[in-house]
Amino acid sequence: MRDFFLGKLDMKAIPHEWFTILGTVSFIAMIIFVIVLLTVLKRWKWLWNEWLTSVDPKKIGIMYFLVAGFMLVRGGIDAIMIWLQQAISVGESQGYLTADHFQQIFTAHGNIMVFFVAMAFIFGLINYIVPLQIGARDLASPFLNTLGFWLFVAGVVMVNMFFIVGGEYAATGWLAVAPLSGLEFSPGVGVDYWIWSLQISGIGTTLGGINFIMTILKMRAPGMGLWKMPMFTWGSLCSMIMVVTIFPLLTATLALMFVDRYFGAHFFTTDMGGNAMMYTNLIWMWGHPEVYVLMLPAFGVFSEIVSTFSGKRIASYKSNVLGMIGVSVFALSVWLHHFFTMGASANVNGFFGIMTMIIAIPTSVLFFTWIATMYKGRIRLTTPMLWFLGFVVIFAIGGISGVLLAVPPVDFQLHNSLFLVAHFHSNVIGGVLFGIFAGLAYWFPKIAGFRLNEKIGKYAFWFWIVGFTMSFGSLYILGLMGATRRLDNYAASTGWQPLYITAFLGGIVIAIGVALQVVQIIASVVQRRTLADTTGDPWDGRTLEWSTPSTPAFYNFIEIPKVSKIDSFWETKHLHKPKQKFVDIHMPKNTASGIYISIFAFTAGFGFVWHITWLIIVSLIAIIFFTITRTFNENTEYTLKADDVEKLEQDRTKKLEKTKKLAKPRNDDDMGLWEFITFVFNWGLNLIKNKGWKSW
Amino acid sequence: MVASKEMTHEEAAEDRVMFGFWVYLMTDLLMFAVLFAVFAVLRDNTMGGSTGRDLFVLPLVLAETILLLTSSFTCGIGMIAARRGDKNQVLFWFGLTFLLGLAFLSIEFYEFAELIHEGHTISSNAFFSSFFTLVGTHGLHIISGLIWLATILVFVVKRGLNRHMVRKLALLSLFWHFLDIVWIFIFTFVYLGAFA
Repeated sequence: MRDFFLGKLDMKAIPHEWFTILGTVSFIAMIIFVIVLLTVLKRWKWLWNEWLTSVDPKKIGIMYFLVAGFMLVRGGIDAIMIWLQQAISVGESQGYLTADHFQQIFTAHGNIMVFFVAMAFIFGLINYIVPLQIGARDLASPFLNTLGFWLFVAGVVMVNMFFIVGGEYAATGWLAVAPLSGLEFSPGVGVDYWIWSLQISGIGTTLGGINFIMTILKMRAPGMGLWKMPMFTWGSLCSMIMVVTIFPLLTATLALMFVDRYFGAHFFTTDMGGNAMMYTNLIWMWGHPEVYVLMLPAFGVFSEIVSTFSGKRIASYKSNVLGMIGVSVFALSVWLHHFFTMGASANVNGFFGIMTMIIAIPTSVLFFTWIATMYKGRIRLTTPMLWFLGFVVIFAIGGISGVLLAVPPVDFQLHNSLFLVAHFHSNVIGGVLFGIFAGLAYWFPKIAGFRLNEKIGKYAFWFWIVGFTMSFGSLYILGLMGATRRLDNYAASTGWQPLYITAFLGGIVIAIGVALQVVQIIASVVQRRTLADTTGDPWDGRTLEWSTPSTPAFYNFIEIPKVSKIDSFWETKHLHKPKQKFVDIHMPKNTASGIYISIFAFTAGFGFVWHITWLIIVSLIAIIFFTITRTFNENTEYTLKADDVEKLEQDRTKKLEKTKKLAKPRNDDDMGLWEFITFVFNWGLNLIKNKGWKSW
Repeated sequence: MVASKEMTHEEAAEDRVMFGFWVYLMTDLLMFAVLFAVFAVLRDNTMGGSTGRDLFVLPLVLAETILLLTSSFTCGIGMIAARRGDKNQVLFWFGLTFLLGLAFLSIEFYEFAELIHEGHTISSNAFFSSFFTLVGTHGLHIISGLIWLATILVFVVKRGLNRHMVRKLALLSLFWHFLDIVWIFIFTFVYLGAFA
């Protein structure tokens, strides 16, 4: 009876270790804080109607950013914990973490950073920007978009759920290599949480991929042929085509792992004919291209930024696009370089080694188009441009170390060493994360209506660069000295400790950089009137998103623009514009179906983790029910009449006039760090003097 | 192709959905590709136990194949009726498709039950793991297809054969033919392959 209701759940699942108790307490405290805040401010209805059930890709994009930002801090804490352990755990000293806990932390760090930070930021950017860039009002399927987002949120909750119920996460590395992840060697629920957080959010990603392909291929403004698409849209298209190519592989592989663990099958086990290396092959067939899924939109972001801040059209647009396509094609045929030591023949290793080196060619083409764009351009060194320059240096180092690792004999030496860790962090931090930061700084005025503080942004950038070089420079050297990755303890005679300590200190410097980014955002909010963007085109931009006001109306465009050239907006913005015609607009209605389906996807996953059969059945029936009620709902759109659009636009114009009066745009007006500290100090002082809290 | 001006808002939306569904089918195909590849790797790992040659009952599998192929045919006829707007014909032919699908599923269920009864389960060895997973995944797809089909038919009765229903039937028939093609590969690769 107990088994029927609770499955494998028992008292041991209740938090009892310091980190699970800490995690549980902080999550519950956060939830209570949010609940109290929403209730006091009477914002529940607003939250539900305006945000949670919204199908507006701009709002969904912002929600992606918020979740991703939160998870960046969560994954960042993991990183600092890893480095702290490694800095102090030498010889007799065992550090402050147990080996098992340490393994769970590096596993969680990898999963969170790839799935719930990088992917989320990239999806957020694509959601917000791509429809604006191609002149569309919304996505091909607004429902799939909200469903994809909420499935992603369900995955986020699942990956943190072990704090509250179960007490252990997978201790297997971020890809859960078999047979370690099998039932024989990982009998706990950690791997099951891993499977289901990835499975649920991965299905959301596939749906998102299908949706964006439909949107980009079918909903572009009239006249915008494929060869006139903005570079970020191209990068996103390549990335999404890769998503639909590889995420089914992940879904299938995770399903096989699940069948192994749940039904005792023998796909990846050591006995009864299972083949563990097959798991490694399958997971890397997904895992390698996955990095490029993240990288390609970032390439697109950089292309936009270089072009805008050099005041030139991208040099050789076609080479740039072909470079992105080339990277996507080759990315699918290099996965075996992750395990040259598997024991494949020299010819197989040789093939994959060469393919890996070849991928440097389209990447270099991209680099050269960017450099050629800057050549003789009028370069403005804004923060997005700084992130780009930082990317060029760090990504080049990461790329060169990658080509080095592509040589099988070299890889035999460096396999699983910190050199490898430093290599891929150079690419995912220097490439993807810097791309995200650059993109956020670049499009922030569009998203928020005011631009970010440039001064503090530059400080943040320099802390990031210095911190990154300290940490990962040390890891490159440590790797060459023979330090393998994922060590929770090492002998003092190795002489590695000073470098590990340097890496840890570098991590602290990066953390200061992150703190400065938070300060940057707060300072920008404080100065939002000074920094307000009243033109909609603060950077002298080139693509269609800058033709809309900041922030854009929920229908994006009053009239769908017509396109005739690359960088269409740039080419036509100085021409006299005919008066805009108001037309009827079809818009999708908000829906909560995505939320309901995701809730039950979560409970189904939870049931699978703990073997609670009734919960699984109930959840699956509920999922089918909500899917049917949604897909057979024929009333999912409404029409916004031309007169109403006109009224909305008049209101907007009035509001804009008001903002213009209040705005005092001067370029060097951004407050510095010292001014910010004085401001916060004075604000606090005022609050105490005037007993400002009483008015709350 | 960019949604051209001649298309109405509705038509453009239908065009997008149809295209998106094709993309979805390709992702599903890739999932099956993984399962086929895994089966190819593990098919000989019977660890001394019974092989497919010992256990598969070909006449039964042939019956399954004929049922599913016929159901694809009736599905096609039903689709022609749907384009004509003939509600009764739609109900008849798709109803027949449903029954044929159900018959296919029953035989598959019987086959699995027999195997399990003889002690060959998913956890017996790697061959059976991959066999049950590959064929079972196809079966799960058939089940979801049947649920979907039944739901559409209920709504056709309730709401009539409107353009939404015709679109849904068009998507469903794509899905159904797709499952048919996958089955032909299972039939040749898994079942006939065992006797090669």
